[in-house]
Amino acid sequence: MREQLKTDLWVSLKQKRRGFAKGWYKFSRNLLSVLGLVVLILIVLAALLASYITPYPEHAKPYTNFKDAGKPPSTEHFFGTDRVGRDIFSRVIFGYRFSLTIGIVVLSLGVAPGVMLGLIAGYHQGTWIETVIMRITDIFLAVPPLVLALAITAMLTPNLKNQMMAIALVWWPWYSRLVFGLASSLRNEYFVREAELTGASKLHIMLKEILPNCLAPVMTKMTLDMGIVILLGATLSFIGLGVQPPKPGLGTMVAEGAKRLPGEWWGAIFPALAIVVVILAFNLVGDGLRDVFAVEEV
Amino acid sequence: MLTFIGKRLFQSLFVLFGLSLLIFFIARIMPGDPARAALGHLATKEQVERVREEMHLNDPFPVQYYYWLRNLMRGDLGKSSYTRRPVTMDLIQYIPATFELILFATLISAIVGQVTGVLAGYFRNSWLDGLSRFVSYLGIATPSFVVAIFLLFIFSQVLKMAPGVGRLPIIMTPPPRITGFMTLDSLLAGRPDIALTALKHMILPAISLAVIHIAQEGRITRTSIVENMQKDYITVHKVHGIRTSRLLFKYLLKPSIIPTVTVMGLDFAFLMSNAFLVEMVYMWPGFSRYAVTAMLNKDLNAIVAVVLVIGLTFTVVNLLVDIIMMFLDPTIRLRSEGS
Repeated sequence: MREQLKTDLWVSLKQKRRGFAKGWYKFSRNLLSVLGLVVLILIVLAALLASYITPYPEHAKPYTNFKDAGKPPSTEHFFGTDRVGRDIFSRVIFGYRFSLTIGIVVLSLGVAPGVMLGLIAGYHQGTWIETVIMRITDIFLAVPPLVLALAITAMLTPNLKNQMMAIALVWWPWYSRLVFGLASSLRNEYFVREAELTGASKLHIMLKEILPNCLAPVMTKMTLDMGIVILLGATLSFIGLGVQPPKPGLGTMVAEGAKRLPGEWWGAIFPALAIVVVILAFNLVGDGLRDVFAVEEV
Repeated sequence: MLTFIGKRLFQSLFVLFGLSLLIFFIARIMPGDPARAALGHLATKEQVERVREEMHLNDPFPVQYYYWLRNLMRGDLGKSSYTRRPVTMDLIQYIPATFELILFATLISAIVGQVTGVLAGYFRNSWLDGLSRFVSYLGIATPSFVVAIFLLFIFSQVLKMAPGVGRLPIIMTPPPRITGFMTLDSLLAGRPDIALTALKHMILPAISLAVIHIAQEGRITRTSIVENMQKDYITVHKVHGIRTSRLLFKYLLKPSIIPTVTVMGLDFAFLMSNAFLVEMVYMWPGFSRYAVTAMLNKDLNAIVAVVLVIGLTFTVVNLLVDIIMMFLDPTIRLRSEGS
């Protein structure tokens, strides 16, 4: 038994190392996913180094220069300038900062509680604990996330912080539902039963036996969700309940630009394309990961 | 079967009750005084105090919730601090415009989604399949306000193929309101010309709403067509020399409808939330634009009502989908009776 366990451990370690190379091989077979990854890395780098690489970093702050207002795209201003003469290209790069921040903060706030609740509910399958947690989850899922997030932000004061809090508040139920599904089937597996028989604590079983087996789908969903959360953030900003002008939120910029269509089309179209590109990149990478982990339902 | 429906009904009622509690709780813990918000900053202290008493704001939370729920049961959702009218009246005025738009969008996405799905599944790995995959990727990554702006820009402003924003041109007098559906009302008033104009105004916003659902429904139908095509009965039909079109739309589409119906139910609620954006872009005088205005003006009663209406629609549609599915798919029925 002990010897067997040792060999198992050794094999699994070896597999893990080989697993990465194999995973990368699988991922790289999908050209679109690799393209998505490259675009994503470029966007993250650009957002991080925005102050150094953008042609007009001061345009992300309150700034006016009516002499250059409403200029069409040129070599000087790649995406043209807006109604107060700010360089749209620079503002889009800075806008990515907000988008990525929203994605990262929302997921780090929302995923952990969602996963924990799903884990607890799944482990206590068939008891009142499951009923309480999962019915509360149902209540949150009864309204599309956009509407609930909008309502909460509207009742608070619209700004970046509250927007992120609101989205995080409506985001955890998706993870608790996902993990609940996984955990409730895993808890009947032999290795969980065996751990129970050997007297492992509940916490140990949940965190060490069940949780690691849920991570691949959770990671895949997180990558796909980055895109969706960024979309939601841009949407809130577009409506006017997110990043407030003059800060360069991508959605805010589209809303401002849309007022000047069709004449100064570049004001709305370029920020809009920027949103599509970042979401598309996250989706492509997420799809690649889904193939690597062979995750079916996320 | 009845127990299944009863169980689902109970579940739905519970969810709605929980949702009302949740949203009421959030509305009450927010900073700011609802009475002050309702009266405006010119009201005296005594007036505010009187309204606080009327709104039961000085009572503990459960008592407040009780009174609120009692009023809700009577159809009284309070007064909107923005329009200064009862919220219920506002909802009755604005909901039909949105429902008309959403129903039209659902129709478009169901028809186009099914047809492209069937064709993409049958002509697998052809250019059509590739195109549908490309559009579905793009559809998922594009916020509906972006789609709306692009369509408005290209088809209305540049190509001038479609009319602009709103439900009707300003110079046209809308027909007397009966159902609130502009197309239906015009027909009832004997004015097919207005109905046609109204329909034209609906095309771009409806497509903006439908694009993502066309993509998703198309992919789901494709998957199930591909799956069913490998089954023996299709080979038998092929050998018998049944026409391709008949094979596609009679024998292959039918079993593929079940997953699509489920998705369409979910889609309906998401259409309502995406309508928030599309109505903003197209200045559509509907429920969603009312909701956005309420949110931008911190109109608490209206916000709570909006969330409840959407929750109600979502729950009812899901219940209906479950019941329809039960008739379509006997395995669901049997499973629920077994347990």
